[in-house]
Amino acid sequence: MIHIKELHKSYITGTNSLHVLKGIDLSIASGEFVSIMGSSGSGKSTLLNILGILDNYDKGNYRLDGNLIAKMSEKKAAAFRNQLIGFVFQSFNLISFKNALENVALPLYYQKVSRRKRNLIAMEYLDKMGLAEWAHHMPNELSGGQKQRVAIARALISKPKVILADEPTGALDTQTSYEVMDILKEVNGQGITILIVTHEHDIAAMTNRIIRLRDGVIAEDIRNGEVKKMKEMAFAAAN
Amino acid sequence: MFDLDKWQEIFSTIRQNKLRTFLTAFSVAWGIIMLVILLGSGYGLENGVREEFEGDAVNYLSVNPGMTSKAYKGTKPGKPVSFTNEDRDLLTRMPGVTASSARTRIFGSGVISYKNEYGAFDIFCCHPEYAQVESIRMIEGRFLNQADIQHTRKVVSLGKIVADALFKNGEKPLGKYIRVNDVLFLVVGVFDDPGGDRDMSRIYIPISTAQKAFNRGNSINNVCVIMDGATPEDSRKAEEEIKQTLSARHHFDPTDTRALFIYNTINEYQRFMQLFAGIRIFIWFIGVGTIIAGIVGVSNIMMIVVKERTKEIGIRKSMGATPSSIVGLILQESVLITALAGYAGLVIGVVLLEVVGNNMPNVDYFSNPEIKLDVAVSATVLLVVAGMIAGFVPARRAASVKPVDALRDE
Repeated sequence: MIHIKELHKSYITGTNSLHVLKGIDLSIASGEFVSIMGSSGSGKSTLLNILGILDNYDKGNYRLDGNLIAKMSEKKAAAFRNQLIGFVFQSFNLISFKNALENVALPLYYQKVSRRKRNLIAMEYLDKMGLAEWAHHMPNELSGGQKQRVAIARALISKPKVILADEPTGALDTQTSYEVMDILKEVNGQGITILIVTHEHDIAAMTNRIIRLRDGVIAEDIRNGEVKKMKEMAFAAAN
Repeated sequence: MFDLDKWQEIFSTIRQNKLRTFLTAFSVAWGIIMLVILLGSGYGLENGVREEFEGDAVNYLSVNPGMTSKAYKGTKPGKPVSFTNEDRDLLTRMPGVTASSARTRIFGSGVISYKNEYGAFDIFCCHPEYAQVESIRMIEGRFLNQADIQHTRKVVSLGKIVADALFKNGEKPLGKYIRVNDVLFLVVGVFDDPGGDRDMSRIYIPISTAQKAFNRGNSINNVCVIMDGATPEDSRKAEEEIKQTLSARHHFDPTDTRALFIYNTINEYQRFMQLFAGIRIFIWFIGVGTIIAGIVGVSNIMMIVVKERTKEIGIRKSMGATPSSIVGLILQESVLITALAGYAGLVIGVVLLEVVGNNMPNVDYFSNPEIKLDVAVSATVLLVVAGMIAGFVPARRAASVKPVDALRDE
């Protein structure tokens, strides 16, 4: 699904150049549930933005679902984002003056789906999230967990291949975090590839693969079985 | 463009920012109200002056004798110049002159009566050609004619107001005899004059009859020279020629400015028309300036709108919004605000003009302030274009922000 080779990215601020990603090689197969960890400044958010075509990269190459994502027109990028990717953000990023239903329906608006039809589909997705009766509430009337569920419904409505989640539980308490993770797991169970960026070990432990970044390179790449082992170690350490 | 969803998007953002939208709309509407009032007043002024001119023809020179102020060939200053029939004949023979009339006014002194009705009205003694000078329109009967002059007939043409004053109870004036300074005159016509009430409170009698009946010999007070088709330049040349001819005949210095007074309507009219051309340019200059100020205002507000909505634009982009859809969103909002507000301003301005125009007392040189339909329509089109220009720069900026930067914006 995702294939990255020798990916480099630097930010230029004035005369300083900050080399954030220093050659990343990464392959994520379809249906994987991956978390990216790392301390702040390790480049994990930058990597996620590049994967989401929200930002461009300097060197290397990136293929998403077989498409080479290189310098392209904003229009084409928009089409890829719309069709292949669903975003979930730490701060939810719901549009404040639209109600839950309209927020969920937004990606379909950009697919030129008729209003009636997209509201119907949006209702369906909200219902799946258990939010049917909140459909006509504005985001500021919803709790954090509800907002994130609305955001997930919005990410799912365009039937993307990949869900990219940047600290999806960062603004939530433990209880709600786990609920959100349960939902993401369920989504993953339907075959959608999920990538989350997190710095919480317990959240990362719920995924099937952990990629740890350090100073712009991949320091660790641990898969399922190993994750369980690590979980036990973490448990042991906590006691 | 006529995508219902987009409109709903726009209305929801407008609903979010009622005050801001109102202020923007107000500045545009105000600009248009100002423009409409300016243009309307300009037209009012022009209409008013044109009406003043319409009262009389604008192709004649009125030549009035004065009193010399300079010594000339042995005569002392202070000699009055007086015209006779020969002066009129002399001026009629000048090149470019198509018609002419003498005029002798007997002001208010004449008591005019019919049966028991009487009044004091101005008595104008003239040639038939004078009808052209006053732009007279006959209601019934006729004006004076050449036969009246030749045979010194005692006939009279009455102004509408005079006829109404003398002939009560639906009596017909035509064919009746009225008394003018105790001399009986036959009424041959009643006329209307666009020059207004003063011009209709007159009676016209043949100059030849007046000279005989009222012992005026062959003297006349004034000569009106009609120069049909003359350019202002021709008229100025004719003015000079008149001065030369008459100074030679009456022995006064041709440079004496007090001996002769010539009122040149051809030249005067041109001067007014030039003034209006100037005023019109000035009004448009101010008006366009006001609109530009409005555009800058809208552009400024849209700039703020874009800044405030950066994050939202980022979210939309991450959901797959294309740059053109973002441009459309901002542009459409800007066009909507300017077009609606501008239209409202246009309507308010026109209503104001109408109210003022209908309730205004009759003032000289100002009437019927109005704005022509084509001007109103072009102003509206201008507004829509202005809205587009105002929205375009901010919209381009909104569309060009990188999504990652837009999302980071708080």
